Amino acid sequence: MTNPTIFVPKPDREAPAQAKGFLHWLKHHVFNGWFNSALALSLIAIIALTVPQVIQWAFIKATWVGDAANCKTSPDGACWSFIAAKFRVLMVGVYPAAESWRGIVGALVLAILIITTITNHLKGKVLIVAWLLLPVFGYWIIGGGFGLNEVDQSSWGGLMLSVLLALVGIIVSIPLGIVLALGRFSGSPITKSLCIGFIETVRGVPLITILFMSSVMMPLFLPPGFIIDNMLRIQTGMIFFSAAYVAEVVRGGLQALPKGQFEAASSLGISYPKTLYLIVLPQALRHVLPPLIGRCISMFKNTSLVIIVGLLDFLGMIKSASLDSEWLGFETEAYVFGAVVYFSICYSLSRYGAHLEKSDPVLQK
Amino acid sequence: MKELFQFTKVSALILGLAMITTTASASTLEDVKKKGVLSCGVSEGVPGFSNPDSSGKWVGLDVDMCRAVAAAVLGDPTKIKFVPLASKQKIIAVTSGQVDLTSRTTTWTMKRDTKEGADFTAVVYYDGQGFMVRKEDGIKSAKEMSGASVCVTTGTTTELNIADYSRANNLKLEAVVFDGKKEALNAYASGRCDVFTTDTSQLASLRTTLKDPENHLILPEIISKEPLSPLVRHGDNQWKDIITWVIFGLINAEEKGVTAANAAEMKAKSTDPTVQRMLGKTGDLGTFIGLDNDWLLRAITSVGNYGEIYERNLTKTLGLERGVNQLWSKGGILYASPLR
Repeated sequence: MTNPTIFVPKPDREAPAQAKGFLHWLKHHVFNGWFNSALALSLIAIIALTVPQVIQWAFIKATWVGDAANCKTSPDGACWSFIAAKFRVLMVGVYPAAESWRGIVGALVLAILIITTITNHLKGKVLIVAWLLLPVFGYWIIGGGFGLNEVDQSSWGGLMLSVLLALVGIIVSIPLGIVLALGRFSGSPITKSLCIGFIETVRGVPLITILFMSSVMMPLFLPPGFIIDNMLRIQTGMIFFSAAYVAEVVRGGLQALPKGQFEAASSLGISYPKTLYLIVLPQALRHVLPPLIGRCISMFKNTSLVIIVGLLDFLGMIKSASLDSEWLGFETEAYVFGAVVYFSICYSLSRYGAHLEKSDPVLQK
Repeated sequence: MKELFQFTKVSALILGLAMITTTASASTLEDVKKKGVLSCGVSEGVPGFSNPDSSGKWVGLDVDMCRAVAAAVLGDPTKIKFVPLASKQKIIAVTSGQVDLTSRTTTWTMKRDTKEGADFTAVVYYDGQGFMVRKEDGIKSAKEMSGASVCVTTGTTTELNIADYSRANNLKLEAVVFDGKKEALNAYASGRCDVFTTDTSQLASLRTTLKDPENHLILPEIISKEPLSPLVRHGDNQWKDIITWVIFGLINAEEKGVTAANAAEMKAKSTDPTVQRMLGKTGDLGTFIGLDNDWLLRAITSVGNYGEIYERNLTKTLGLERGVNQLWSKGGILYASPLR
């Protein structure tokens, strides 16, 4: 008779090596293998070589107050007093000083609208109407008329002009793009081919061509005495350009909708406009919200192209400020400032887009 | 293909119509008086010529010419709308009536004056390609640059001019070419070449961006012709006359020592018949161009004579000497026809 086997538990495994702490993290994530170690070391070397110099230039040796002569005494440091002296023109360009408050009011209204939108205090129809009214308000507060002094469009400039061009461009082009997309999606053959023709023509040429056409060629075709300001022509060009791209984005959303949605609506006897407004568009637009935010970002960056057609937008003012005969030789500071401003605006927009994606259950798939 | 032809024909027709009607429209002087504002095309930023200053006010030599015209025509140098123009727009903007006058560092060439539908008025600045050298090299004239290496921008007339000049004067210059002006200047500053060359109007402003501007010298020689002049639409002779004579008037004022400060006093006291005519005390010069007799007095009191404009915009901030832009009577080539 054999002895019954008795269960003998295996000895416990040893506790794993310390898997916490900075050193462990370094070992397993940075110096795991010779290639990554070499890469990490060379990156550290590059950072060690450049960052202290940048800090030296941007902060330690920088000049914060005074005029150009002060800055020349410390040639190895940045001249931030240049940005301070040029701040007004960078923000509003050659806009008359007595009317500058209008730029501030415009910015405040925009800020309030943005904050109430982000914090969900504005909802539904009110939200849409408020944003749709913004272009009208923007043109009125900056351009004048109806109780305000008129300010000619040739003196609009700086960041104010960039933001205005981008905002009006995107806000007007979204409804236009939706109409184009609907036309392409479900119009009669004539509407369909017109919409396709427009979208493909505009998408087929670079923005720069559209800007040149509207600023250089268009005056030749207009009757004499019929003068449209350069800025308005360019704004129109940008709206068309953006609308064509928005139309394609929206079409993507429309195609993602199951056909059953339309069929269910018509079998219930809901009219076509109501189907669009209550059933199709809310779902389609929700799907394309992230790419639409992307369009906003690229629209804002695209405004910097207007420099080539003689508009002094933010980038144009940066260039012209660095060419002021009293402040020559501070281009680096000007462009660094420009990069910081562009980055903060575009990054905030992209963070907002990411936030929308996360908070929306439909988009979380 | 047929459709394409049709399209080209139609657009050519529209273009032609637009041009015919443009030339047939009312006089610019009447338009400007009716609008009460002069719209003046300037550059988006050329130091010393036109640029917004820190307070957002347009300043520069080209800008002051516009102000002088506004003062002469409308009686107020502030009744003016500055329209920044990109280089490609500068001629089309004035021929299509977007602006009344383009004052934007534009070289007076035959093609622009004839074929492109613009009319040039009077030269406000004789620009041309010049040279900058380090003072320590001891070069005083371009003819002494034998065997020197020259930093130059590639693919421009600047590069061709330097080759021609080198061959013509047997200098054996070695051109070192760069893509941009800034790169060429940096190479010169770091000692890559002995000489830096570009238009003299820009040499001065580029020099002030160097770390040690006082150690660099701009040589007196100019080897190319770039006469800069404001331009107007072709076909409106009266308007062209006005611009031309405002500029000539400002140069004549410098010759006679009439300044912004003393113009009113000179009008009352001067016994010189030329000055009296100029300031409208005698004669009726203003009526020749459809203005009143105080036209030039207003222009001078608002921006000063040519010398004052030059000093304020180019000498004081950029350190640009008068050079060839000195009056003919003082060794330059600035020669304005007489006001008579």
